[in-house]
Amino acid sequence: MSTAADSTGPSAGHPAGDASAAPRRGPRLLPLAWRQLRRDLAAGDIRILLAALMLAVIATTAVGFVTDRAGRALAIEANRLLGGDAVVRGDAPVDGAIRAAAESTPGLKVADTVEMPSMIRVGSGESARLRLGELRALGGDFPLRGQFRIRDGDGERNVDGGPAAGTLWLSRAGADQLDAKVGDVIGVGEAELRLAAVVLQEPDGAIDYFNVAPKVFLDADDLPATNLIQPGSRVGYRLVVAGEAAAVERFVKTARAELARGQRLETIQDARPEIRSALDRAGRFLGLAALISVLMAAIAVAMAARRHSERHLSGAAVMRCLGASQRTLAAIHIGELLLLGLIAGAIGVAVAFGLQWGIGLWLSEMLQVDIPPAGPLPALQGITVGLVVLMAFGAPPVLALRRVPALRVLRRDLDAGEPSAWIVAGTALAGLAGLLWWQAGSVQLGSVALGGIVLTVGALALLAMILIVLVRRARRRLRGSLRYGLANVSRRAGTSIAQVVSLGLGLMALLLLTFVHNDLLDRWRLQIGENAPNRFIVNVQPDQLDGVRRFIADEGLGEPVLFPMIRGRLVAHNGKPVTAETYAGEDRRTQRWADREMNLSMADGFGADNEIVAGRPWSAEGTAQPEISVEDGFAQMLGWKLGDRVTFDIAGEPFEATVTSLRKIEWESFRPNFFVVASPGALDGFSGSWITAVKVPPEQTRFTAKLIDLYPNLSVVDVDAILTQVRSIGDQVAMVVQVVFWFSIAAGVLVLLAAVSASQDERMREGGVMRALGASRRQLRLAQASEFGVIGLLSGLVAAIAASLLAGVVATRVFQLPWETNWLMIAAGAALGTTAALVAGLLATRKVLQVAPSVTLRELDN
Amino acid sequence: MADSSVAPAPSTSAASAPVTQRPAAAGGVPTLSVQNLGKRVNLPSGPLTILQGVDFEIARGERIAVVGASGSGKSTLLALMAGLDSPSDGRVELDGAPLSTLDEDGRARVRGEKVGFVFQSFQLLPSLTALENVMLPLELRGDADVEGPAREILGRVGLSERLDHYPRQLSGGEQQRVAIARAFVTRPSLLFADEPTGNLDTRTGEAIVELLFGLNADAGTTLVLVTHDDRLAARCDRILRLDAGRLVAA
Repeated sequence: MSTAADSTGPSAGHPAGDASAAPRRGPRLLPLAWRQLRRDLAAGDIRILLAALMLAVIATTAVGFVTDRAGRALAIEANRLLGGDAVVRGDAPVDGAIRAAAESTPGLKVADTVEMPSMIRVGSGESARLRLGELRALGGDFPLRGQFRIRDGDGERNVDGGPAAGTLWLSRAGADQLDAKVGDVIGVGEAELRLAAVVLQEPDGAIDYFNVAPKVFLDADDLPATNLIQPGSRVGYRLVVAGEAAAVERFVKTARAELARGQRLETIQDARPEIRSALDRAGRFLGLAALISVLMAAIAVAMAARRHSERHLSGAAVMRCLGASQRTLAAIHIGELLLLGLIAGAIGVAVAFGLQWGIGLWLSEMLQVDIPPAGPLPALQGITVGLVVLMAFGAPPVLALRRVPALRVLRRDLDAGEPSAWIVAGTALAGLAGLLWWQAGSVQLGSVALGGIVLTVGALALLAMILIVLVRRARRRLRGSLRYGLANVSRRAGTSIAQVVSLGLGLMALLLLTFVHNDLLDRWRLQIGENAPNRFIVNVQPDQLDGVRRFIADEGLGEPVLFPMIRGRLVAHNGKPVTAETYAGEDRRTQRWADREMNLSMADGFGADNEIVAGRPWSAEGTAQPEISVEDGFAQMLGWKLGDRVTFDIAGEPFEATVTSLRKIEWESFRPNFFVVASPGALDGFSGSWITAVKVPPEQTRFTAKLIDLYPNLSVVDVDAILTQVRSIGDQVAMVVQVVFWFSIAAGVLVLLAAVSASQDERMREGGVMRALGASRRQLRLAQASEFGVIGLLSGLVAAIAASLLAGVVATRVFQLPWETNWLMIAAGAALGTTAALVAGLLATRKVLQVAPSVTLRELDN
Repeated sequence: MADSSVAPAPSTSAASAPVTQRPAAAGGVPTLSVQNLGKRVNLPSGPLTILQGVDFEIARGERIAVVGASGSGKSTLLALMAGLDSPSDGRVELDGAPLSTLDEDGRARVRGEKVGFVFQSFQLLPSLTALENVMLPLELRGDADVEGPAREILGRVGLSERLDHYPRQLSGGEQQRVAIARAFVTRPSLLFADEPTGNLDTRTGEAIVELLFGLNADAGTTLVLVTHDDRLAARCDRILRLDAGRLVAA
């Protein structure tokens, strides 16, 4: 760094050609910069700058570390994820050319697995415990890659292969939920098998975090005894292969060419794309959220740098007098900033490392997987962010120092002049935009985020301004200390707004998160209503219909309506064949609907939760011509209109029907509803299962157990349990996001500290005047408390108002839920803002109390 | 901006009283008694004596000028007399009560009740209006009626029209008038003026001096004036001269 400026040191002004002058070296700038930094750190001037930079680095690096680790975990898991090298999944057994290719390719091992939902029960009679879970039947030598980690009587260990015939294994979550122990007898469908081990880690289900439902593993030979595979059952089949790379490649090539509809080929390259993209999105969101604290920290950096520059004006003037060139001055001060940036980076990375270590342990426990350590990249990114913030927000005022006139040594009123507002704003905005674009990963998303932040900050600033005007009016009614405190808020209106907005932004994010996360779920629950069903009974076979009806009636739960569910795949629209390619221009969701099996149902008419918005009810003349009624949005997605003919393939048989009505469905009714419903009798003759939903009062705790005792093949979905699970996942996600938003609040506090620091000289002097006029310490403290209390209160109010408005918009527009202001949350926001600002402000101004009132006379002595 | 455009307040006519006039015989307790006062500070290079062995008394209503070269200890003496700082040696008594034995809050209470200040650099609080600045010492003292006396005194210094102006909206002379009004509004028994004209041009300075002496005469306040200005010092009843921290003439 010193080289560039060396040639322009103090000697540069000497006349060229002065032969007597020995060649001089310019000043050694790095030691000068280092010495200055040490002095400033010791004097405390620059500590807020250091803290703000550290916070920016910590927020960025900690988020980077955590997402990096999660990504690495996923990458490692991807290798084990398939339980082999390639998998063909299908909704029917994978046979034909693909199986032939698998079995005939030399060097390839083959295994089959079958998956389906099933009730899992432990014990019998009154003490039976039940959960809806997932069954996996493992055939051949599965897993072909990776191992199960289990715990049985011999302790924890990795094992090749799956459970022995006649026994089963249960996932750890399942064993916990069902309170099952090794040796217990577990019922699955009609089979009863002994629990031989608890699975701690699956070779191919390691990151199935959102699927915390119990899983049971058994040998494929035991599957028929369960009698769970019935017409209409949702069963997933997998054919897994593993072997030498060339053999796998040959198989993959053949399989790709031979894939039938409903079949999917997965290799380790494309395993779990949904988790990969969810992780990418989460990482991007957290990164952008962390940038909010970076932005706040940047404001603190700008304020602290300005203060730093003001304090160095005289020193810089003296250096100019002593012959330092502008470039030397600039190099020393920028050198000092860079050194500070590197120190902040190093400390920030160390703190972030500690934080992510803690979060990693927690995640590891939560996801029940080992999370590999993070790489060095996030640390580099964090340090870069710190330096960008420093240069974009901190450098302009410091660079202005070089323009200080040497005459200032005689005339203290001369200063370096403010750096051009355009340059300051331009540099800052460019730095911010660069960071956002980098973090968002796209210019478009980055621009949207930038626009969003600028708009939000603008709106908060406007709100803050209005409130500050109100404070100015209110102060006239107050006396003494209180009036002086409040007068300070409106007098330094610019910095007050900056403090209110900075603290308010973090608070707003936190309140919004709490509103959306807690309130929306509660409101949605309320919306569902008390009489909405809370148990869905699925997989009812035709010969069980009467029995299930009778059982429900005997339980005092009324006469249930059972709907058929017949699985069919869309094959033609108005006579033209349909495949996923037909919807190549549409989104993935549409393509998947065109490719997968969907549930068709049949009904005589529709309940209150279905409203026909186009077309007509079933024609009176009966069902000579099959008709279907389609959910409005679903029809739009697939491009169906009234009068269109749609053909499905149901177990190999074609079923064609005409669209005669479009419906809007009130999904909140929580009753069984279908996108496609056929007219009465239209689906007779096709095999399928039936579904119903009932409201089971909480006191009837034995309902599910008794039903499953009678009909072991049924699946009972417990909505209350699902909602509890959704809430628990939401709690955990919210916790991670909250950590990031707390960084924003910390950054807001730093802005307040920077603002206090910038006005510290004034405050000391005015404190002295107040003391000279007879103010006691208590009165001085009261003045400070009223100032910071009001700043905090305003930031809390601004945050709460903005968060309420946004939450209202989200609730009413996005989720169509009724919205009421949550006064408790507003009070909590105001209290949190007030406390944060009071504590920080009173701590920062405690020196003012210690100032001797004689300071008011000091100027005379000088 | 010069303050010459502002007409002197009517009451300043009292300033024409002869400057040699001695105060009414005190007879009893002096307003201020300074006994063997000393102040030392510890510097890295060793202790530095700023003030040493200073003794004098000031009678009620007396007008005293403290003069001396720069660094002679004038402002330190003023700070000790006003209870703004505590001495290393000796004692200060205000109306017979020792000031130097009180803690800072105790001294603040005494200042609020008995002492007024006029500073060289005005020291108005920039966030408060002229009226609020003048009301402040009354409010800090806990008086019930604060606005009336503040308005009245601001009227007397000729600023009735500028009550709601902030210090930055006032000229230097006007700011010093507000400061004088603030000093007198509590009816102090003792007023300290620290180079009251130091930051003002000559004409404005003269107007301020007239105002200060006029109000002082009206209120019968004891006045202690620190100044470099010999002409100003000559208007006082007595001159205390300091040299290198010692009293050389009283």
